[in-house]
Order: sequence, then structure tokens, then C-alpha cells
Amino acid sequence: MATPLTLKELSKKEILLTSGHRMCSGCGAPIIVKMVLLASDYPIVAANATGCLEVSTCISDYTAWKIPWIHNAFENAAATLSGVETMYRSLKKQGKIDKEIKFIAFGGDGGTYDIGLQSLSGAMERGHDMLYVCYDNGAYMNTGIQRSSATPYGADTTTCPAGSVIHGKPQPRKNLTKIMAAHDIPYVAQASPSNWSDLVKKVKKALEIKGPKFMNILSPCNRGWRSRTDDAIMLSRLAVETCYWPLYEIENGVTKVTFKPKEKKPLVDFLKPQGRFKHLFAPENENMLKNFQEMVDKEWGVLLKASGTE
Amino acid sequence: MMAQKSGRIVAVTGNEAVAEALRQINPDVSAAYPITPATDIMQRFTGFVSDGKVKTEMILVESEHSAMSGCIGAAAAGGRVMTATSSQGLALMWEELFIASGTRLPIVMALVNRALSAPLNIHGDHSDGMGARDCGWIQLWSENAQEAYDNTIQAFRIAEHMDIRLPIMVCLDGFIISHSIERIEYIDDDAVSKLVGEYKQLNPLLDLEHPVSYGPLILPDYYMEYRKAHAEVMSKVPGIVLDVAKDFEKISGRKYGLFEEYRLDDAEIGLVILNSAAGTSKDVIDSFREKGIKAGLLKPRLFRPFPYDEIGNALKHLKAICVLDRADAFGGSYGPLFIDIAASLYPHKNGPVLINKIYGLGGRDYMPSHAELVLNELVEIVKTGKVKMIKEYIAVRE
Repeated sequence: MATPLTLKELSKKEILLTSGHRMCSGCGAPIIVKMVLLASDYPIVAANATGCLEVSTCISDYTAWKIPWIHNAFENAAATLSGVETMYRSLKKQGKIDKEIKFIAFGGDGGTYDIGLQSLSGAMERGHDMLYVCYDNGAYMNTGIQRSSATPYGADTTTCPAGSVIHGKPQPRKNLTKIMAAHDIPYVAQASPSNWSDLVKKVKKALEIKGPKFMNILSPCNRGWRSRTDDAIMLSRLAVETCYWPLYEIENGVTKVTFKPKEKKPLVDFLKPQGRFKHLFAPENENMLKNFQEMVDKEWGVLLKASGTE
Repeated sequence: MMAQKSGRIVAVTGNEAVAEALRQINPDVSAAYPITPATDIMQRFTGFVSDGKVKTEMILVESEHSAMSGCIGAAAAGGRVMTATSSQGLALMWEELFIASGTRLPIVMALVNRALSAPLNIHGDHSDGMGARDCGWIQLWSENAQEAYDNTIQAFRIAEHMDIRLPIMVCLDGFIISHSIERIEYIDDDAVSKLVGEYKQLNPLLDLEHPVSYGPLILPDYYMEYRKAHAEVMSKVPGIVLDVAKDFEKISGRKYGLFEEYRLDDAEIGLVILNSAAGTSKDVIDSFREKGIKAGLLKPRLFRPFPYDEIGNALKHLKAICVLDRADAFGGSYGPLFIDIAASLYPHKNGPVLINKIYGLGGRDYMPSHAELVLNELVEIVKTGKVKMIKEYIAVRE
């Protein structure tokens, strides 16, 4: 029954997020959603936190979603989907529904790392059978590129603008993937749309596991990253190859790096094409670039150690 | 009446009575978070879940915000949903209250009325329910444990009615009712199930054959039409509340309307008061009647939507009325109940003189002596035609 994992086979499947939605051209989020939904061999019911994806895909009287979909508010996609999934279990137990349905929540980094963290943590702890997918574009892009706790170190945003005294975001990003892993849920993974096969495999694996699952997927945003509209996949690939965004999974507590670049590229290769890091290349900010590279190296080292692939 | 009285007589607290109604109704899902004084309802209910006495799947969430979010998800999915809260819990749900009603989901919530912080206070007043009065929910208020039980049962029928599909709050006074033991009469399980009936789905999210999108973005082109539709639906509520009350009377022998009129027909002076303090006041009304003073009382039951015409007509013949508010509407000059009573009397030109007393905040006792003072003041107003002060806090240090 399961769809073989080839592009040819996936291309035969129905796209469940139709074109005609109003996401910006070159946005990573709809690419991710399409990949996630294509990966499933089960019917999906989805919840969506308020954010770019939500406001752009269901503007009355149109919807881009060909699957049952619910948006409630910003901070509660996980709690809302908890309710949907629990009603499903209740009705199934009562014999009022018999189909096998999988539940997926989509939230941006604002709705996941920040305002929705409590709701997400609660849902994971309670053990709902759902997959939470965070499309992480590293800022509150929907409200106009304000910093979030997922915003990378040094990035210029509209609320941590690169100025003459403060040079972008002073803090490193929150490591949400690790926080979710600390919930000891059966499956946590990080993925990138550049590595579609890795992403699809992880979704497939997640959907076969009963219980709460979390995936953090890097989602390029040309508006916020100040990059070219056709660079989304190139940038997400560079994020992976510089180990800024390592691809890994933690299945039942076992960490596995799922993609190890043959040659780890310098972080500047990822930063350079993005206007949000432009100021870091000024001579006086050289130490910031150095700090940032050290952070990435350290985190990559920790990950390799955890996965036993040092 | 033709009532078939088949119930059990029990001595229980208000919370226990609500929990019993919920057991009998046996909802599909409940999401809840503990808060004093409502905690006890869910504690008792989860006991029923653990003992397999209900089919309900519980979601024991990490906050009231998630409780209402979970209820919204569950109700949208397509089944019967309930929860309970108080005070700060309701305040934390604030955003979700509007989403529940705007999405037209028939969620039932017991609201055990409690004061709002700051200062922190766990005791009964109506600040929580009044603060949420305009959030598009139906509100039924209850004088005692019996009414809380009866209203809870009727609430499901009202909320789930296909012509309205709106969430509903059943309000009862924290501690005074929630934690006091009273004699009440339970209806048989079968009769309750029959009255409430099977849950009827409307556009369930779990219907894979007819996928629906819940929670769209609606901009200036259509937003206003949606709000108007909500307002129009609210106007259908009183008729449905009365229809359900008729059916309820058949199984219980107890009669319910949009409000209760107590010795009001020929009254010259009257009190308008919600919930438990109405019980205390009725005793004092009786003693004034014994003295030959024509006193009466009106106790609203359906507070949202407010039955303006009906209440205006019920009160217009009085000479002087005191509206007693167990909450203040800061900056609005008068208490929230007063404002609505004044509005209901606005069309009646030579209507009664109105005064407003704020009482019982944060669980401050409301005693028969307070009702006496107020009624004596009304007697004086009728006699002299003079009002000393329209609004005043009573039983408070100066």
C-alpha cells in the first residue's frame, strides 16, 4: 500500500495544498506542506497556527486545503489538534468512525518556539497521536519580520535591527528540536526542503509511529532573509551543508544524523546570500561572524557525539 | 402539571450536582484545567471516567487556554463537548471564547462564578461571567444547586439546537452554591438521555468525504456579514430556551422561563438580582409582603442574549427598583446588570425609578438585612419621590 519513495511515484499523487494560494513566490512553507502531505499514505486532518501559511491559504470564500483543516488561533495549534484527535479516538471507540486518520499540526516558529510552546509541550506530554510540523523561517514573517526565539544570532529583523550600537539579534536561537527531544516523545526530527527524500522519509516514519511526534523543518523566506525569490532550495541546502541546520532524528532516544556533508562548508556560504546578515560582513563585526561559526561548530560537535558518529 | 416525578432526592453540593448532570449527559470529549472553585466538578467527573461510568475521553490540559482550544478542536471534529472553569481560568480563555462562538460550536461550560484578580480572591462574585457577557456565548444563571443541575441539562439541548449552534455557559455562585450542600432532586438517567438526545453533527472536521476548512481569514469584504449573522442567531435563542424549558418541565415538573418573577404582578417596589442572593432576597420580600408592602423580585436566568422586551414589560409597572450587582463595570458608572435593566426600561416612558447597589464582591456576605435596607430605601423613594444616590456600594467600609 505504501507509496514507493521515488519522485516519479510521488508525482502521481494528488497535491493536497492547491496552487492559487497567496503565499509569496519563493516561500518555503507551501513546498514543505506539499512534501509532508505527499509523504502520507493515510488521510490527514490538519491544524494550522495563525501565521503566513494560515492567512494565505484560507481566505474566505476560498481554501487551498483539499483535506479537513482547522485554524483556531496563534498559540494553540497543538491544543486544538489535541481536541480533534481526542474526538476521533472517542468516536472510534464508540464505533462511530472506522477510518484510520493521521493528524498533523503546522505552525511557524513564532507559533511554535514562542507563543505556542506551552500548548505544544502539553500536547506532546499528553501523548496525542499527532505529528507537529514547525516550518521555521526564523522570525515573525507574517507580521513583518520581527525577531522570534528562532531568529539566528546576528540577524537583522524589524525589532532587532542592525544598528550602530546593536548589530542584529544578540542572542543565539533557541534549540527547539532538543527541547522537544527532552519530552522523551518517540520521534523528533529536523529536516530541510532541499533534502526532499530525507524529509519525506522522516514524515513517513513519523506517521507510522503511534504517539506524539515533532519535526522542525527549515523554511526559507525571501522577504525576511532578504534573498532572491528563486534561492529557497539553494539556501536551505547551504544551511544543511554548513551544518547550520543539521539533518537528524531522535527515535526513541537514539540520535541519528541522517545527512553528513562530505565537506562541511563555512557558515558564511549560508550567510552571504542573505541581506539579513549583510552587516556581519562589515570589518567591525568580524568577531560576530567568528562567534556564529563557533556556535555552529559546537552544536554540530554535540550532535555528532550524541549520534556516536564523531 | 403532568410531570412525572421519578427522580432521586439527594443532599449534594452545587458542583456535585453539575458533575452528576454531566455524567448523565455523557459527552464525547472534555478538556479541562483545575481552578477553585470549579475544580471539584472536573475532579468528580474524572472519577466517573476512571470508573468507566462515562464514555468521555478527557484531555487534561496544561492551561485554560488549551482547555478551550481543545474543546474547540473537539467540537469542530464533530461531537459533544463540555468543560468547567472559574475566574482567572475564564479570563485566560478570553480569546478562545470568541473563537468558540464565532465558529458556532455548541460547547457547554459550567462557570462557577468567582472574583477576578487583583487582589487575588477565590470567592464568589460575578466579575468573571459579566466580563465575558459580550463574547457571543449564551449565559444561563442559576440560583441554587437544583437550578445549576437543571440548567446544565437544558444547556446541551439549547447549544446544540440546529437553528443556533452556539456555546453556552451555566453560571453558579462560587462556594455559596458550588460548595454548599442542598437538597435537590435528580432526574433519572434515561429521562436525561432522552431529553438531551443524540448529538447531531454539523460540518464535522472528521468527515473525510466532505473536507471542510475551519477558521478562515475573513477581511472587510465579508467580516461584517458574519458578525451580523451571529447577532441574528442570538435573537433566536430565547424562543429555543423556552421550548427546551417546556420539554424539561415534562420530565422534571420544574418550570423555567427566561427569568423568574417573584411576587412581581402587583408589586410597587422590586429587586432585580442574579443567582444565590436572589434566594436570600425572596425571604425578605416575603416579610415585607407580610407587613403589607407590595414588594417583588425579578431574577434573570437567560442573561445573554438579554431578553430586553420581556424584562422591560415585566418591570414597567413598578414604581421603584433596585438592581443589585455582584460585579462592577468600572468606568461604566453602573453595574452590568443595572445597565441592561435600564436599557430594558428605556422604551417605557413613565417607568420605575432605578437605583443600583454593588454588593457581595469577592465573597462578601449578602445578608437579609442588606435586602431590608434596600427595600426600605425603595419605600422611601416611592414616598418622597427623591433619590439620594443612584449607585452605591453596600456592606463596605468607607
